[in-house]
Amino acid sequence: MHRTAVKKVVLENVLDANDTLARANRDVFDRAGTYTINMMSSPGAGKTALLERTLEQLRGRLRLGVLEGDVQTTLDADRLARFHIPLVQVNTDPGFGGECHLDANMVRSGLSELPLDDIDILVIENVGNLVCPAEFRVGEDVRVMVYSVTEGEEKPLKYPLMFRSADLVLVNKVDLLEHLDFDLERFLGNLDAVNPGVGRVLTSARTGKGVNEWCEWLGQRLERV
Amino acid sequence: MHELSIAESVVTIASRQADGRRVTKVQMKVGYLRQVVPSALAFGFGLLAEGTPVEGAELEMEQVPAEGRCRGCGVESRLVSVPLRCEDCGGFDLEILKGEELMVESLELEEA
Repeated sequence: MHRTAVKKVVLENVLDANDTLARANRDVFDRAGTYTINMMSSPGAGKTALLERTLEQLRGRLRLGVLEGDVQTTLDADRLARFHIPLVQVNTDPGFGGECHLDANMVRSGLSELPLDDIDILVIENVGNLVCPAEFRVGEDVRVMVYSVTEGEEKPLKYPLMFRSADLVLVNKVDLLEHLDFDLERFLGNLDAVNPGVGRVLTSARTGKGVNEWCEWLGQRLERV
Repeated sequence: MHELSIAESVVTIASRQADGRRVTKVQMKVGYLRQVVPSALAFGFGLLAEGTPVEGAELEMEQVPAEGRCRGCGVESRLVSVPLRCEDCGGFDLEILKGEELMVESLELEEA
């Protein structure tokens, strides 16, 4: 028997479920008075190294907590353990094939292990990836991108979504500039083309350059809340 | 490969909206500014639909071109390539009007 088809109009946003959970996460952060940073970059840009510098810089002044997202291993969490701060590792591996990003639900799953009332700033270190994390809000106040000068000048044009959604870009590994053909002005021009005027700080997690400025930016953001 | 997460969400939405009927087609709108690879989404969709009312359904994706209003000169234009810029004055500072859609628009259901 031939069955006829009927059309049903749905008009439902695919990311609604994630965004609803992200808002719920944000409510939890707001109630606890926790300012939340979604830190994103490609693998190896220096997120964890910068985080170590940040923790050293802010120790005794602000109470930081970290939610580490990785496909596998607790290597990053192990590195940060010496700071004796609230720290939770979320491995995305149980997701279908090992998710390449954190979504709102994965972040939610880690929150019960964090004493948010005792945390001024929660840094969510996303899975290293320039594409997927940009699509998923997790309840953050700001998005901070780490970009290393070894990645070339053109990435803002190739991966515009993440660069467009960043509130601040930390241009890292600038201690290597003298050894590279990297054209900083051209990179910043490309950055301004996709996200005009976005804040940027030149940093080196290795030498500590720019860490002060980045922490000041953070402090100013916190005062506004 | 976040297309799998997106496909999972599409299957969930379609299954819930199907009201117990079989879904034969899912029509989506995908904005030009989303970083979604259609073939990857279709692959994930086929895989995740198995065992649901959406199994075997066709996934139709309509790409929505990007449009924006220039904050400099106020002109609205089609944004055809990255970096996005105003067709009129070449400005980069734009309010995005279209192109960020990621939506299940409609379903075709077998008649009960």
